[in-house]
Amino acid sequence: MTTLLDAGPVLAALATVRDPELDEPITALGFVASATLSPAGAARVELRLPTYFCAPNFAYLMVADAYDAVSAVDGVRRAEVVLTDHFAAGPINDGVAARAGFAGSFQGEAVGELDGLRADFVRRAVLAGTDLVCRPLVGAGVEPAALAALTLGEVPPSPDLTRLRERRAELGLPAGDGAPLLVDPATGGPVPVDAVPLHLRKARTTRVNIEANTGICRGMLQHRYQTRGQGEEDA
Amino acid sequence: MYEKDGEKYFVVDSHMHYWNAAPDNWVPGAEQYAKGWIECFHAYQGLGPAETHWPIEKFMKYSEEDLMRDVFTDGYVDVAVFQPTYLKEWYAEGFNTTERNGLLAEKYPGKFILNTRWDPRDGDDGLKELRHNVEKYGSRGVKLYTAEWRQGSRGWTLKDAEAYRYLDACRELGIRNIHVHKGPTIWPLDKDAFDVSDVDHAATDFPELNFIVEHVGLPRIEDFCFMATQEPNVYAGLSVVIGGLMHARPKFFAKVMGELLFWVGEDKMTFGSDYGIWEPKWQIEGFVDWDYPSDEFSDFPRVTTATKKKILGLNAAKLYGIEVPAEYRLDPGEGTPAAQDDAALVP
Repeated sequence: MTTLLDAGPVLAALATVRDPELDEPITALGFVASATLSPAGAARVELRLPTYFCAPNFAYLMVADAYDAVSAVDGVRRAEVVLTDHFAAGPINDGVAARAGFAGSFQGEAVGELDGLRADFVRRAVLAGTDLVCRPLVGAGVEPAALAALTLGEVPPSPDLTRLRERRAELGLPAGDGAPLLVDPATGGPVPVDAVPLHLRKARTTRVNIEANTGICRGMLQHRYQTRGQGEEDA
Repeated sequence: MYEKDGEKYFVVDSHMHYWNAAPDNWVPGAEQYAKGWIECFHAYQGLGPAETHWPIEKFMKYSEEDLMRDVFTDGYVDVAVFQPTYLKEWYAEGFNTTERNGLLAEKYPGKFILNTRWDPRDGDDGLKELRHNVEKYGSRGVKLYTAEWRQGSRGWTLKDAEAYRYLDACRELGIRNIHVHKGPTIWPLDKDAFDVSDVDHAATDFPELNFIVEHVGLPRIEDFCFMATQEPNVYAGLSVVIGGLMHARPKFFAKVMGELLFWVGEDKMTFGSDYGIWEPKWQIEGFVDWDYPSDEFSDFPRVTTATKKKILGLNAAKLYGIEVPAEYRLDPGEGTPAAQDDAALVP
């Protein structure tokens, strides 16, 4: 029997991988069925998703990101990431292992890579994060004109603010202390005072959508598997 | 009909099915997809109350008796709208076809509205079939699946010239209601298959048709809302919203309803049970009893008895020209949406 090492560093690497639609780590969502590391440096990860038909483009991104994250862990010489119980598991697993890219993994069925799709979802995460950060401010009586004038450095620190800044930085949007709190996630431009109420409405709807989807996905996963994932956290 | 606290609700279930997904209907060589599909549906049923869950064997192929009891006898539904789903690549006789639904519609006159479907990739043959179905079944609505992958084609959009030919034909044949599936799907690959922008184009170019976006674009509710608010002929089909969230995630259900009431409005939201995924009984009882759970929701539009009457049946009755007995109608002036101030925010 092979002895396995503490897979903690592998799990920590997997915690940096997010579901692009839900903007949560795949560990917290319960998508990591198992993660092991052998003394010879072979890491093996099994991923699982809420349904057999979860969108293959997003599934591919998670498997590929997991492969990259685990491969970069100190002491890992070989990484194997396997998606299970999914209709497109074959092409995804083979494609990621062969580093074929998305279009290469789905010969004849996909023409492009997924960078644009990923960026679109980070923009949604920025908008949703804007609601998380602004809601307490609005609740405390901050008016639209004041919100439009606020900078990131003037907002009280919080995990939500940190996350918002990280997502903005990922997109190349201004994320420093002097950058405006409210920006158009497509252009990075400021939001004029009279556009603030609608901007906040859209931010809230975007957040509600992500939360509702996360709720459905978690419910489906629970129904499908009675076991907890590695690093799974309750909502 | 449903009655509670002296209020009477006329119920139109605007999105339901009568499928056969049992092994006797699986296409040889595609068994894993046929099985995976129905297991996925079955997991959705898991989001409803435990006492309404079925074993997978029954779920694969429920009977006519099951349907008539669950939907009409126990389920309060006055009129149910069949929405077909073909999936003939996996299910030999189709998953839930116009013909299969037609058997029940013929046997129980007045109970069902029988929608059909089309796919622009079927070309002239598909147009012929559409005409045939309208003549034979009197269909006044269709259900469309834009994301369906087929023989090398990776789906289609309502903006395609071929789709416009079919929309023209709908107009000519008296089909009024275009139900578009924008929700959980099969082969989106490198596109975002949930994209609802094609509905925007078609709704603008075909103002005499109604576009009911089923599952409200889940998982892209925000895109759907921002689009629907600008198109007077776009509706929110609540199948999956009530069934999938009201019991399992009540707080998110309240938020989603609040968003829909704000952007789309209570006059353009329609109830659909998505039977046999979920039985209508608990959905209707729960929805009539439902309100926002706390003050956190105070900036969403209010929900009144009139709101619920519209959503559960009156809106869909209007779309399909169903005669509603006087005792179920709203009094003049009753049910004016309370969201006038909020609406000023919308460009």
